Amino acid sequence: MAEKMTGAEMVIRALQDQGVEHIFGYPGGAALPIYDAMFQQDKVQHILVRHEQGAGHMAEGYARSTGKPGVVLVTSGPGVTNVVTPLTDALMDSVPLVVISAQVATTLIGSDAFQECDTVGITRSCTKHNYLVKRIEDLPRVLHEAFFVAMSGRPGPVLVDIPKDVQFAMGTYQGPGEVSMHKSYKPHREADIRAIEAAVDLMLKAERPVFYTGGGVINSGPRASERLRELASLTGFPVTSTLMGLGSFPGSDPQWLGMLGMHGTYEANMAMHDCDVMICIGARFDDRITGRIDAFSPASTKIHVDIDPSSISKNVVVDLPIIGDCGWVLEEMVRIWRSKTNESRAEALKPWWKEIESWRAKNSLGFTNSSTIIKPQHAIRRLYEGTKGREVYVTTEVGQHQMWAAQHFPFDLPNRWMTSGGLGTMGYGLPAAIGVQVAHPDALVIDIAGEASVQMTMQEMSTAAQYGLPVKIFILNNERMGMVRQWQDLLHGGRYAHSYSESLPDFVKLAEAYGAHGIRCENPDDLDEAIAEMVNIDKPVLFDCLVEKHENCLPMIPSGKPHNEMILPDFKEDIGDIIDAKGRQLV
Amino acid sequence: MNAHLLPTGSPYFTAAETQIPERHTLSVLVDNEPGILARVVGLFTARGYNIDSLTVSETEHEKGLSRITVVTVATPKVLLQIKLQLERLVPVHKVHDLTAEGKALERELALVKVAGTGEHRVETLRLADAFRAQVVDATTESFVFEITGKPSKIDSFIALMVPLGLLEVVRTGLAAISRGPEGM
Repeated sequence: MAEKMTGAEMVIRALQDQGVEHIFGYPGGAALPIYDAMFQQDKVQHILVRHEQGAGHMAEGYARSTGKPGVVLVTSGPGVTNVVTPLTDALMDSVPLVVISAQVATTLIGSDAFQECDTVGITRSCTKHNYLVKRIEDLPRVLHEAFFVAMSGRPGPVLVDIPKDVQFAMGTYQGPGEVSMHKSYKPHREADIRAIEAAVDLMLKAERPVFYTGGGVINSGPRASERLRELASLTGFPVTSTLMGLGSFPGSDPQWLGMLGMHGTYEANMAMHDCDVMICIGARFDDRITGRIDAFSPASTKIHVDIDPSSISKNVVVDLPIIGDCGWVLEEMVRIWRSKTNESRAEALKPWWKEIESWRAKNSLGFTNSSTIIKPQHAIRRLYEGTKGREVYVTTEVGQHQMWAAQHFPFDLPNRWMTSGGLGTMGYGLPAAIGVQVAHPDALVIDIAGEASVQMTMQEMSTAAQYGLPVKIFILNNERMGMVRQWQDLLHGGRYAHSYSESLPDFVKLAEAYGAHGIRCENPDDLDEAIAEMVNIDKPVLFDCLVEKHENCLPMIPSGKPHNEMILPDFKEDIGDIIDAKGRQLV
Repeated sequence: MNAHLLPTGSPYFTAAETQIPERHTLSVLVDNEPGILARVVGLFTARGYNIDSLTVSETEHEKGLSRITVVTVATPKVLLQIKLQLERLVPVHKVHDLTAEGKALERELALVKVAGTGEHRVETLRLADAFRAQVVDATTESFVFEITGKPSKIDSFIALMVPLGLLEVVRTGLAAISRGPEGM
């Protein structure tokens, strides 16, 4: 069924054949043939963004909330350079993206042509793989391969750069089944079964075990989360998760310890520090998690399940690596555990749980509420209560509000929580929320934001308005870059160099200017009603929640300290005296 | 007052480095596609690995395969990361640590230009003969030698040529292959 068509038509056809329903993009000179081909079909819906960075983050939100690849279309030159941030973000957080970028004609490449840039050069280090397609004969294969590479193994962003003359050229289209498999890229899902058996043997003997799970469990698909729940209930082990893994295990489960790491709970971090067997599943021992590496979980035997061999022993040397897909490995762990025992381990784990309960009793997420000022933690808890029972998706920007959201807004399902973890991209949340809303038109999609972050991609409110996407932007407005301010207190004697927001816009008027709905709330007594108003209106909403300006995000493992030296909320001394000279070098 | 600016070793509190850096030769089998060299070199620079020598050439034309030989100096832990990170690149087929797998054959070629007259020329030719260096170009005032061998042999030859009028040297970088009946 070899069909003749132009390169531009092949792009659209390949998207259709890959099951793509939505694409986020922005046109420009070099991309016009593809836009023309798109105009003449209605299977793939195009969402016109206001800035290419927005397109990238929308695609990320779309991908993370659906498990499908997010697709982006940008033009050459600035179109590409603007999408570099989302590409890097997606690479750090293992989000499958396929970015189609237009390029100047092959005859002009290298001549410093108008809107030319070295796209494959610029994006080489921020993609899982990238391609410059110089011949029409290669185009169908490369397009299908891009989806395969983005989605398989450890997912990531893939970019396909297509010069304008290749878009115009006639060629023979091949469908996904007709192109040859990749010669060198062959990811493995299945792990060494002997390693899994050895892991189960360690787990059976463990007296102080902990599951440390990450974004890999979510990337592996909903079945992996189900198997994790099953394994946790079989074993009776406590479960903690990284920022990226929230939702893979229910936040309402008694075995849930809360998030771990720099702003994780005391019980999660103490369990990590004192455990005898650590089962890391789909996480990567990132520096936000480990704190001081030479004092990280000193007495434990570490099992590490990851699909990416290069994640093994990169930061922390592990004892038992298992290289494979989390879902597959979890399934086998459940099976092997069942084949080895029917007995409950509850009795043997009792002393461990007793210890965990004593850490829990510290109430490390506690805060002093106020009847006159809205505390940011309180606002998030009320937001959770006010949206309970609905199909809720939450995105965030980056900073204090992000950590408070992770601490105080529990999730019971995977794919409901979208945040920029690895790269820490301010401005991620608003466009990501739009991407989520595109994929789930009837769901309640909330961006928990800060007033500083949200202004970085505020222009996408216009996109939300254009497509009638009723995203709720819940801004915790403390007129500060709160996390920067907190670190200036920690490290720089409270000298607040450029960490406060001056000349803030009137967010209510701004919402109205975009054709959205604006709400301002500054009194704790009005909060529930204002949240209800936000939830019930079928329009994009900018919710300006004026909160306590100098609240610190606690608990916290100060930089350079191990897990068992957390600052808890009842800390009374000067926060500026905690970190020593060495710790000051850290970020 | 600026105590926090003083260097205090690794900021990430990794345990004191007990491993000793080793020199290893890696052989990387890749698809011969545009940009592959940039990918490999970019990986080394982005992650702060060393490159002591790098040799690239197509080796199997029909299959479109190239072999990259790279010599690096790193601790065993970092060496493992280098291998795994290289294997993660999509167009990379295989990575072999030839040094870890046994005594690999390692050869390099150099072209050495020596200028001089009189007694020096006689001495130059005698040494070249001892090193089995071939004369590939000669004028009344100069020679160009082609010498092949282990890098240490080439180093010695070049050192001996310095007082005899060494003008310039080009070296190919290391090519290496494992011994015995197994291929990569």
